[in-house]
Amino acid sequence: MTPVRLLDRPRPDGRALGRGAGTTAGGRGGRWQLVLLLFAALLPARPGLAQSPDQQFLAALGELREASFPDKAAIVDRLSRDNHPSVRPVLTAFLEDRLYTRLSDQKIFLAKSGDDTLTSLELIDPVTLQDAGAGAPNDLTKISTNNGLRRVLRTAIARFALSSPDSSVRLDAVKEMMRAIDEPSLALLRERIGVETDPAVKAEIETGLALAALDGGDPQSRLEAIAALAHRRRAEVRNRLAVLFEPSPDGSFAESDPAVRSAAAAAVRTIDQARAFYSGVETLFFGLSLGSVLVLVAIGLAITFGVMGVINMAHGELMMLGAYTTYVVQLAMPKHIEASILVAIPAAFLVAGVAGVILERTIIRFLYGRPLETLLATFGVSLMLQQLVRSVFSANNRSVETPAWMSGTLQVNEVLSITFNRLYIVVFTVMVFVILQLVLKRTRLGLDIRAVSQNRAMARAMGIRSEWVDAMTFGLGSGIAGVAGVALSQLTNVGPNLGQAYIIDSFMVVVFGGVGNLWGTLIGGMSMGVVNKLLEPYAGAVLAKILVLVALILFIQRRPRGLFPQTGRAAESAS
Amino acid sequence: MKLKQGLGAAALLAAAWAASTVLSAQATIKVGVLHSLSGTMAISETTLKDTVLMLIEEQNKKGGLLGKKLEAVVVDPASDWPLFAEKARGLLEKDKVAVTFGCWTSVSRKSVLPVFEKDNGLLFYPVQYEGEESSKNVIYTGAAPNQQAIPAVDYLMKEVAVKRWVLEGTDYVYPRTTNKILEAYLKSKGVADADISINYTPFGHSDWQTRVAAIKRFGAAGKKTAVVSTINGDANVPFYKELGNQKVSAEDIPVVAFSVGEEELSGVDTKPLVGHLAAWNYFMSDKAPVNKTFIDKWHAYIKNPKRTTNDPMEAHYIGFNLWVKAVEKAGTTDVDKVLAAIVGLEVPNLTGGMAKMLPNHHITKPVFIGEVRADGQFNTVWKTAALVPGDAWSDFLPGSKDIDANWVTLKCGNYNTKTKTCSGQNYK
Repeated sequence: MTPVRLLDRPRPDGRALGRGAGTTAGGRGGRWQLVLLLFAALLPARPGLAQSPDQQFLAALGELREASFPDKAAIVDRLSRDNHPSVRPVLTAFLEDRLYTRLSDQKIFLAKSGDDTLTSLELIDPVTLQDAGAGAPNDLTKISTNNGLRRVLRTAIARFALSSPDSSVRLDAVKEMMRAIDEPSLALLRERIGVETDPAVKAEIETGLALAALDGGDPQSRLEAIAALAHRRRAEVRNRLAVLFEPSPDGSFAESDPAVRSAAAAAVRTIDQARAFYSGVETLFFGLSLGSVLVLVAIGLAITFGVMGVINMAHGELMMLGAYTTYVVQLAMPKHIEASILVAIPAAFLVAGVAGVILERTIIRFLYGRPLETLLATFGVSLMLQQLVRSVFSANNRSVETPAWMSGTLQVNEVLSITFNRLYIVVFTVMVFVILQLVLKRTRLGLDIRAVSQNRAMARAMGIRSEWVDAMTFGLGSGIAGVAGVALSQLTNVGPNLGQAYIIDSFMVVVFGGVGNLWGTLIGGMSMGVVNKLLEPYAGAVLAKILVLVALILFIQRRPRGLFPQTGRAAESAS
Repeated sequence: MKLKQGLGAAALLAAAWAASTVLSAQATIKVGVLHSLSGTMAISETTLKDTVLMLIEEQNKKGGLLGKKLEAVVVDPASDWPLFAEKARGLLEKDKVAVTFGCWTSVSRKSVLPVFEKDNGLLFYPVQYEGEESSKNVIYTGAAPNQQAIPAVDYLMKEVAVKRWVLEGTDYVYPRTTNKILEAYLKSKGVADADISINYTPFGHSDWQTRVAAIKRFGAAGKKTAVVSTINGDANVPFYKELGNQKVSAEDIPVVAFSVGEEELSGVDTKPLVGHLAAWNYFMSDKAPVNKTFIDKWHAYIKNPKRTTNDPMEAHYIGFNLWVKAVEKAGTTDVDKVLAAIVGLEVPNLTGGMAKMLPNHHITKPVFIGEVRADGQFNTVWKTAALVPGDAWSDFLPGSKDIDANWVTLKCGNYNTKTKTCSGQNYK
């Protein structure tokens, strides 16, 4: 975060060359002066005064070819002051990595696409912005950017976006300009606020102007600026206000007026309180989102382990199959990444569900009532499944793309933002839970499952095909694991080890919540997530995990059957 | 009669078989390859196994070494640290290999170290590591901290003007030692305690919400902030995804990583990573002609034009050529004679320079800083002016400042210049 620059700082000489000297925050004065001197020496030597605007523009562009990154920033700054109509498209292309030098004649071109893997690139002339034919990638060198330069480019382009008809573009532009406020951008902002209609953009501009007013000479106007800023919550504002009243190492204050200082201190206190509150809300959300991941990975196990009593060590690998299904679905529909996740959910349910049914029919059904052998056999199956995906997809992780609608954040206010992918996973977990409850409580299959799990002999006597129900129950639990895999593919690596990372957690949740109880899994998983996240800022991630585990062991000592123990005849016959 | 003939034929066959085994035993030099082909490390190590096999094949096409063919002995330590030691013993005592290329992670190296020292073997270790070690029997072709971590911090400090530092690592020996060195280095440059935040997360950590939010808060203090990441392997993807989701861009808070290379990026959606940094001694995108030749050879060998090359592969390339040159100079594969011959030798690296073998069993390397591009390659934004000699014992740790390693003059990898004594790792 670049600090908002003070306006009364003396400008370096060579003002025409401009702001570039200030945009890469401080500390390299000597080098900059050298660059400026170089330009100063070059300027009169060039026949520049007699050039047409097009020629001047091209000459400036041409300098980009050989320039170092700081030099490029200076050139960009100079270009952004040029009134040439091509400045905006050229700078935008530069930011998007679409600016090339043609090796054969050293001319600069814009490309329509920055994709180097294309066999030929469609070129655009930088001055006329007309098509300039196609070029081969090995005849073109990209003019590269780095982080610092991209920042400068963004700020430069933001000035053009200020008059965009789209209010969100304007908002972004103002935010971008506020990272490094200087006199020209202030003038633009002052001009804009008179005609701005969108309240959010207007508030943003007012904040920017108030920050600038803190440097004004009149204490009264500074007090007014503080009053305007006191209800903003952003870190930049807080830091700028804190500078006013925090003494520097030699005991002096940046702000001379004590009244202004105490007003700033009071404003910072209000801001800090609000920030602390929202950071608490944020931690709570983190806990819920971690909890919902735990519930999602455990809920399939709650059926196979909880309801059927099968210790399935291959549960994690069924999730892995779900994640790989997502990858395959994305491969199959590369043009529709946005929809691929929605297709992947039923596909993963089917793939993992069928795998589960096969597993139950071929191995597990011979081992009912022998938990140790089931454990060993399914552990073997988990190793086989891992090696299977290693052979098919290689040991390397696969890249699953995140659809655009799942990335980004929901900005609740200036302080609190919630990431979309986590929000969707919380919602998704609740949906899976509700659907599962409905299946178990409202369908014929659910009735059969409950009947068989409570009293197998009686259920068989009533004409229920208990073997078929076993296979379906296991398939249902496995299918849910596959669906969890789709969600995990958006959070973590899709690789052969995906399952191992979650198997312990999922057993922990089921045991904690109470074997055989879906509500227990939901509440157990959520509370483990929240406790973990509450501890993490204080204890660190490693210790938080250990503390949760120790607490869990102690809890199980006192209540061996978990949060919500099964009661009644079924529990007695099971134990 | 018939029986006799049959017997005769059998005897002939047996003799021919015996002769051929004797011949082939004489005609090959065995090269051990000790890389995991299964388990968690298989992702990275399988590539290195293929690299060594390719180099051996190429050398054999040139007529082998000392008139003999090279023969690879590939074993699979399965990402299991004790198994590394067992397999190493097998290579040295049963197969009697002349040299071994292998290991990844310091744990695996520490596990095989006593075996190589006891049996006087020769190991080329190709991965960047935390330093604080110099064995007579190991050649370290990966970067020591002063060839990766320190230059990266220098770049951020000088070129990006970073004032606040988050040292984020996985909880094991390499990040802990590296961060200790970096912390001492930053403090020696006048960075205040309050401007350094050090954090560790477990292996395979996947829920980065809290950490990224904390980094965001730490970075919102009004000073330019950067993250130095020693996060290991699998935990990286969720980390970068979370950075992208919480909109921490490389322009605001750049992350420089020491274990994210081309190979790791090939399994990742790179969009949220663009602009983040990595420090290595080699990038696949390097324009040197020798690099292009190497990449073409690799693609032809592996029969897949999409495969990437990376820094540890270059380390094996350098190590293999150093060993070949040393064997040719010594005229034998005897470990002591090869070690005596190898110090001071120079072979080309893949970025257009030369790698020189130093007396402390490390090599000279250039250091590059690259920004991740959208295609999973790196855009070099900075490099050291000169080659950096690898320093086994860091100058920024109180205990190791006085330690020197020199296998030519001191014959010691752990020589205390104050007490004038040599301790450990010294099998004379």
